[in-house]
Formats: sequence, structure tokens, C-alpha cells
Amino acid sequence: MPEGNADIIRLNGAEKHFGAVRALGGVDFHVGPGECVGLVGHNGAGKSTLMHMVAGTLVPDSGKIGVHGDTEDNYSVSRAQQLGIRCVFQELSLCPNLSVAENTRINHASLRGLSWRRKAADLIAAKLDEIFPGHSISASDIVGDLSIGRRQMVEVARAFTVTQDRLDLVILDEPTSSLDAHTAGQLLAFVRRFVAGGKSCILISHVLGEVLRNADRIVVMRDGKVVVADAADAFDRDRLVTAMGGAEARQKIAAQIAAAKPTASPLRVRARPAAQKDSTDLVACAGEIIGLAGLAGHGQTDLLLAIFTAASRARAGIEVTAPVALVAGDRQSDGIFPQWSIAENIGIRSLARLRSGVLISPQREAELAALWQKKIGIRTPDMNNNIFSLSGGNQQKALFARALGSDAQIVLMDDPMRGVDIGTKLEVYDLVREEAARGRTFLWYTTETEELDNCDHIYVFKNGRIVANLRRDELTEEKIIQSSFGDAA
Amino acid sequence: MTSVKSLLAKPWIWSFIGALLVWLATIAFTGGYGAGGMVTAALSLAVFTVIVGVGQMFVITLGPGNVDLSLPANIGLASAVAMKVMDGNDSMIAVGLLAALACGAAIGAANYLLIWALRIPPIIATLSASFIIQSIDISYGRGLQIKPPPGFADFANWQILGIPVLAILTVLFTIGAAIALQRMIYGRSVLAIGQNIRAAWLAGVNVGRIRFLTYTLSGALGGIDGALLAGYFRGANVDIGNEYLLASIAVVVIGGTSVAGGKANVPGVWGAALFLVLLLTMLNTFGVSAGVRLLLTGLIIVGVITAAGGQKAPR
Amino acid sequence: MRPEMTAASLDTAARTSAERGALARARLLRGLLPALSLALVLLAIAWLNPRAISYFGFSLMLNLAIPIALATIAQMFVIAGNELDLSIGTFVGFVGCVTATWLKDAPLIGAVILLGSIGVYALLGALIHLRNLPSIVVTLGMSFVWQGLAILVLPKPGGKAPDWLLGLMAFKPPFIPFPIIAALLIGLIVHFGLMRTSYGVILRGSGGNPAALGRAGWSLLKTKIVLFALAGLFGVLSGMALIGITTSADANIGNGYTLLAIAGVILGGGEFVGGRVSPIGAVIGALTLALAASPLLTFMHIPPDWQVAANGAILIIVLAARVLISRKER
Repeated sequence: MPEGNADIIRLNGAEKHFGAVRALGGVDFHVGPGECVGLVGHNGAGKSTLMHMVAGTLVPDSGKIGVHGDTEDNYSVSRAQQLGIRCVFQELSLCPNLSVAENTRINHASLRGLSWRRKAADLIAAKLDEIFPGHSISASDIVGDLSIGRRQMVEVARAFTVTQDRLDLVILDEPTSSLDAHTAGQLLAFVRRFVAGGKSCILISHVLGEVLRNADRIVVMRDGKVVVADAADAFDRDRLVTAMGGAEARQKIAAQIAAAKPTASPLRVRARPAAQKDSTDLVACAGEIIGLAGLAGHGQTDLLLAIFTAASRARAGIEVTAPVALVAGDRQSDGIFPQWSIAENIGIRSLARLRSGVLISPQREAELAALWQKKIGIRTPDMNNNIFSLSGGNQQKALFARALGSDAQIVLMDDPMRGVDIGTKLEVYDLVREEAARGRTFLWYTTETEELDNCDHIYVFKNGRIVANLRRDELTEEKIIQSSFGDAA
Repeated sequence: MTSVKSLLAKPWIWSFIGALLVWLATIAFTGGYGAGGMVTAALSLAVFTVIVGVGQMFVITLGPGNVDLSLPANIGLASAVAMKVMDGNDSMIAVGLLAALACGAAIGAANYLLIWALRIPPIIATLSASFIIQSIDISYGRGLQIKPPPGFADFANWQILGIPVLAILTVLFTIGAAIALQRMIYGRSVLAIGQNIRAAWLAGVNVGRIRFLTYTLSGALGGIDGALLAGYFRGANVDIGNEYLLASIAVVVIGGTSVAGGKANVPGVWGAALFLVLLLTMLNTFGVSAGVRLLLTGLIIVGVITAAGGQKAPR
Repeated sequence: MRPEMTAASLDTAARTSAERGALARARLLRGLLPALSLALVLLAIAWLNPRAISYFGFSLMLNLAIPIALATIAQMFVIAGNELDLSIGTFVGFVGCVTATWLKDAPLIGAVILLGSIGVYALLGALIHLRNLPSIVVTLGMSFVWQGLAILVLPKPGGKAPDWLLGLMAFKPPFIPFPIIAALLIGLIVHFGLMRTSYGVILRGSGGNPAALGRAGWSLLKTKIVLFALAGLFGVLSGMALIGITTSADANIGNGYTLLAIAGVILGGGEFVGGRVSPIGAVIGALTLALAASPLLTFMHIPPDWQVAANGAILIIVLAARVLISRKER
């Protein structure tokens, strides 16, 4: 018998590679009955990959998975379901064209027969009532009509519904990212009741306080490895932050930031979010790095896109005085051209300048690529290789090269460091500050608080509005969290 | 050896190999009789498929769901317009060609207008448009004297040393299209949009204008094709473009252009067009019935697309 | 920090529920759009020719509505899975030719051929899923195949429908014309199957969020096969119904149905992607097209030349109305 046979799940030496990218490098991980395990780490540390393995949606390249003490050789989603393991994924797994009850049916093969609709509706309504009293969601609502927060509530509630299969472990991957403080509190209270009843949870959250208050044990991941695992009360915020890494980055940045910025530089952007009720504007001048902070999805990206649009077509409430380029954070959907080489991916923003006559000059395109390969350190033997031959961090560097190699004086960054290793981050931070010193303006939306240390000025967003406006010397993580969660009256 | 290998790695080479094999099979059957004439005839007919095929290729390269279903109706109407403007008069040839071009371009622009204003999938927009164009054509073409001027008919059938002049001109045109695709901002933008329309927008590509240009280009090529067809066959009729709906899509796909968008191939359009024309010639030479001919054409299209496989979405 | 949020979040809840009310109204309006367009066409007919609104008038005007409705339903199943079938028209023609020849002369062989053709549809679904092929191109190729086979089965127009089929299609129930009853029946049966059964949910989910469905342990291969097989089944029914009405066949008899069927699904409120389809809407869309196609235009003294254009115009108008409503939804 393997040791710890009471564990609900145990992974030994799990490894996973995506192309050139190592997502997980030999991870040991287990969850016992009746415990809530908190899992923290920066974006790209490997948390989601690890959870996909626990849920059976990804098969490890090597390593063993054991469930309830037995080794599982053909572990899969349906096997995980049978064994009582569920997952609420970060990307929503609901069908927008179906009703709440119908979406519940999808996860329960046993909801069949003539009265399945009523059974499914009762099942999900009861669970919603239990977790989120006063939720005002009807089982017949079409999911596509619900707000993103309500969808997340449905998804969470669905994971806790039980029919035929047992339920021992629920993975909650950023379950509160779209919830307001009230519903988030309801959910976490329910999780504690659930765990007290002998079941288990894995809680992944960016809000470290949530993890510290609700988890029994905390596992910290960094660069595809588990770096610390200990009882929750052995941690405080500082120890967590140090373990996650980035503290050294913080010190380095603090040491490097020069004393004074030039004052009175020309205005580059003045923009007001569409939902803003008062007359607060976001203002950015030449040479400034402006941070956009707050919880994910609270209007930061929308404002960046509005500014991007306003650069080519006049738009009310937004003033843009120079060419704009955008560095995407979601590389696959917003940035990469999968069929193209690294050089072509970099050149697309600068085609007009790469021409000689009416034709694009291959030579100039190669020169531009070579220049930025050197400047930003893209690690590849040949810039004519396909973009996917690069690791994730280097792909992101290519997107930076696309924006910085263009004529744009304003660079919008849409949380561009998602899933990027710490080494790449430090290199890019340096470059951003260097370019700002030359007079470029950066608008930088980030979900990682320490990155805001690079910024001259920070705007905190909530519900699509700017709720706070901080200078760098006023910046503390508490202040940002406080403003993010709103009117603390 | 390496050059052969790199040649074989080109996606368009297979359509030429297919065309060659079909040609060899046919002359083996006839004992070598009519081998040259067959090439001449194939070139003459392939021209018309290539012209619309190139337009369709740019449209399909814009990405999933982009296709121009209005080409047959467009060809029919433009052929009637060209013949009416030329009115059997040699001095009006250029004006007639311009009229057909303008008519086609207007149809293409109207297609994009529907797509953009109603935000409907191109397939439905071009389909609805084709219903309307078809009616215009039927009502406009009624009672028309629909013969080309003799000079134009001669031009469309003109050969030098057994090589149709139209084919030479079309080769020049396709070389231009290939350069535009790879080396001009327009072509790069089309490829970018086809790979990822959102990323293209965020990389500063003027998505609306490029899509508008592409549909207009496809329409204009359909228009010119209609005029040339009427000249070649010495007369226009409503059904003259009917076979070019399937043919234009088929040559694009067989020629190695990705239906998922973002990857296009100009030489392949020529290879595929020759392949399809020679295939029909072969089946006719073998004396098979119309039913078998259709059946085999269909099976070959399905077979080719299955062998080529779909693109897995890269993660 | 958090408990103080209650008041604020209740406020948010109240606001969003008002928004949701507006959303629900727009959705309702959108859902009624197919019925409204049908009512409009009926009103126009009643106004132009009151005598047409009668038992006999409807039987005549809706003569071809049953096969069109069945072909539309077939297309709807394919669209529910985010695919498109460009071969349904020639397939209906092929089925028609088999019905008018084999099914009459050798019913057993005829039935086997028709069942086999449904099997071919199922295989196409499997092929499209397994090789990740674009359905537009595959079905485009298949449209040649079906047409070729149709010509092989019936080289010249002719043949004759089996007597039982003729009898069925000539059925004259009291009070309500047969096409209306049949359309109602088709709509309700498919509505029950696709919208109400537990597996229907899975089929629609495969168009809504295939990745999520796969993660929940459902086979996407199976859903695609089932959707295509259903399309084949309704294609067969459409071809048989068509021959039951026209009594004899022709290899080109169904060619127009490909586009009619797509138009019917879209008129009925369906969307090309996202698994949003409506069987009842599709039947209503098919009826609208069947009515608008010839009777209305004849009454309006629109010359036959322009009848195709009228179809295109109706499509564009309905889609434009839908865009206006959708803007409100935003």
C-alpha cells in the first residue's frame, strides 16, 4: 500500500511540457480528506496545469496519479467524475445557449427520463440557495443572458451538486474573480462548511488574504515547481509573497528607479471610462508609465481598447495625440499569428515602414527583427522559425518587439506578463523604463501588484470606473486592495 | 535531390502532379492522339476558373466563414452587361470590359456592405445578394442581342503556337496576385486577418478596409470573367456562371489554400484548375456518363480535402 | 471590509435585474420575429387575395411546404453543431429519384438504399469531426456525389411515387389543410426531441461550448454523428414527401432546397454558430419561404423574373430587423 492511502488525490513527480515550454517540472502534490488546500503562485507558475491534471483534463508526460489510495493508469475526466473530483475552471465551462438547468444536466449523466428538467432545476436551485442565499438566478435563465458574476455563481454551484457519483474534492480556480465581496464571502463561508463536513477543496486565488483565512494548508508554486508546502498558520502575507518570488524583483526595481522624472511633458492620452460617473480622467504624458490596477475584468482592458480605437477614429471622451500600439496579454487570442515566423510576427505593425516602393522589403524586415532580437533578447537560432518554436516568455518578447519596434509613441499593455517567467519579466521591465526615459508613454494594466512599482502613477478600477488615483509614493498593496473592494465606509 | 525534396514540400505541387497524371492517363487511352490539343483546350478553359479562383482564394483566406457565393450570379450579370455595352461593336470592347469590371466590383462592394451593415455571416450575405442579382440578370438579359463583337470573340479564342493568349495574360495576372499576397501590405493584411482577426486589428491592420477591398476584388474578377466567358463561348446567358460556384471553391481548396484562413497559395489555383479541366476531359474521353462524371468529381473533392486534412487549431 | 458591501451589492442586484428584464423582452421580440414575418406574409396574401385564405387556398399555397420544412429541419440539425450542409438539396433530389424508382419497384432494396444514405450522412459527420474538416467543402463535394448518383438512378425525368406515399400526401383531413397539420407535427416532434429531451441538451451543447462538453465527459464524435444522421433522416423524409406531391422525379428536383433550407433556418431565428437553433422557428421560416416564394408574389403581380429576388430581399429584411433588435439587447 502506498503511504497516505487516505489521500483523496496524490500526484508524484508530475511533469508536463507544451512544445518548448516546461509547464510543470516534477511536482508532488496531495490533498487529504477534510482539508482545504490553498494553492498560490504567480501567473504561469503552473497552478492551472497542475489542476487540469487533478481534474483529468490533462495527462502528465510523466509521473503517477493516485486517487483514494489506488494508482490510476487511465485517469480521465469521466474517471475523475466517478471518483468524486470536480473542477471549476477559470475559463467558464457553461454553454451560453442553454439554460441554467440544462447546463446542470450536462454534468450529470444520470439526469435522464421524463422528469429530468424538473430534477435538474430543483438540484441547481437548491444548491444556489444553499451557497448564495438571495441569488435571484432562475433555473430557466439562459446562461448567455446572465452577467459574468452570475455565470460564475452558477458554475460554482453546479460543481457542488450531487446525483449518482460521489463528491469528495472540488477545485476552485479563482472562484471569486468575478464575484462582488458579498457573494465572495458567501462562497468562502460555504467552502468552510463543506470542509468541516469532511469533504475537501483546493482553493486557488490571487487574493492572498482569502487563501490565508480559508485554507488549512498552503502550497506555493513557482516556475512549474512546488517551492513550499506548509500549514496555513505557518504563513503570513510576507512569507507567502517571498515564497512566490518577485520580492527580489521588487528590491531590484526599487533600487533602479531614478529619482526624478521630467515635469511638464506634453499630454499623450486623456481618457474617461464609459461607465465613469464623475469627471475623473486618466491622464498620461510623454515619458510616463501609468498603471491600471484593480481586480481582473473591472474595465481596465475595455479602457485600453477604447484608447486603441480612439487613436484611429475620433471618440467622445478620449483624447490621443500620438500613434498607439498594443501588447496583448492573451497571446493566443489577441497577439500571435500562428502561421508566421517570428520576424513576420514582429514586422506586421510596421509594414508601411518596411516597404521599398510598393513592395515589402524582406531585407528590411529581417533587419528590424534582428535589431529587436538583440535588444530584447529573443532566444532563437533563427528569426525565420515559426513563432511557436519559442517558449511562452520569448513569444511575449516578440509581441513587445512588435510594439516597441513600431512608430508608436504610446504603448498599451494589457496584462502582458501573464504566464511569463520571472527572468523575462525583469528584462522587459528594464526595457520599458528605458523606453519611457526616451519619451514613450506606457499604459500598463496588470493584475500583479508588484509590477505597479514600475509605474509613475496608478489608477485603480472597479466596476468599469476609476475609483482611486495614486502616485507611486502613495502606493501600497493594501491601498489597492482596499480601493478594489470599494467604498469601505 | 534536395531541390526535388523542397519542391515536393510545396503544397501546390500535388495539384500539378495530379493534372499531369490525368493527362498521361488520357493520352495513354487515346494512344497519344490529341495530346497537344488537349493541353491547349485545358489551358483555355482553366483560365476562367483561375480568374474567379484567385478572387475566391483571397476571400477564403480572410478566415472561416468567408466565402463568395454570389460569383455565379455575378458572372451571369456581368456577361450580359458586357455584351449589351459592346453591342456587337468592335470599337466598344474596352468600354464593355470596363462596364463588366465595374458591375462586378459594385456587386462585391454591395456584398461587403451587407456583411458589415447587417453583421451577418458572409455566406448568407452573398447568398441573399446572389438571389437578387440573379433576378436582375434574368429580367435584364431578356430579349437582349447577346452576341459578342467578332473582334472580342476572336481575341478570347486567340492562340499563338497553340498557347491561348488569354492563358498567357492570366499567368501574368496570377504572378501579380502572388506578389501582392506575399509582398504587399494588402496581402500581408489578408493573411493576418485570416489567422486571427482580433490580433490583426490589435496589430494595427485596418480590418474593415481590407475585407471591403477583398470582396470588391472578388466581385471585380467575377465581372471580368463573365465578359471573357461570353467572348470565348460567343454569347452570354443566365446560366453561364453556374459551374463556377463549386469550381472556384474547389480549386482554392485543392490548390492548397487553407479553408481555416490565413494561408493562401496562388500557383495551386492553376494546378487545381488544370486538374479539374483535364479530369473532365479524361472522363469524357473514357466515355463515362454524366452521372459517373459528377460522382467521381465529388468523390475526388472529398478525397483531396480528407487527405489534406483540416488544420488543428494551434494552442 | 466585506460585510459592509451588502447594501451596495443589493443595489447592483436590483439594477441588473432591471437590465435582465430588458434583455428578456428583446429576446422575446427576437423569438417572435419568425412568427411575425409569417403573419405579415399571410396578411399581405389576405389583403391581395382574400379568397386564398381558405381550406383549398392553403392546401394549394402550402403544397410544397412539407418537403421544404423537412429539408430545413435537416439543415437545422447540421447548423446546431456549428456546421453547414451544402449538399442537402442534391441529397433530396437523390432520395426523390430512389423513391420514384427503387422504392416503388423493389421496396426492400429501396428502403436499404435510403437507410444506407442516412448511414453515409453519419459517416460524413464522423469524418468531419475526426479529420477536423471544413463541412462546407466536404458537403460541397458530396453535392456532386448525390447529383451524380441521382442521374445514375434516373437518367431522364420520370418514375412514379409508390401508391401508399401518394395516398399519404393526398390526405385531406377535415377543417385544417394537411400541410398545416404536418408542419405543426414536424415542428412539435423535433422541438420535443431537441429542446426537451436530456440528450437534445447535449446535442445543442455541442454547438454552444464543445470544449466544456468534452470536459464533462461527453463524446463530441457521437454528437456530430447523431446530428448528421438526423440531417440524413430528415433529408430522406423530405425527398419522399416531395415525390409524394410531384408524383414523379427528376435528378435536379431538389437543387433549390440547399439555399431554401439555410434561409429557412436563419429566418426561423437560428444562428450559424453557438448551437442557437429553434425547430418551431425553422418550420415557420420554411412556411414563410414556401408562401413567399410563389403565391404571394403571383398575387402581387410580381413577374416570375423577380421571384428569386423577392426571396433574397425577404432574407435581408428579416436579418436587418434582427440586427435592430440585437442592438437593443446590447
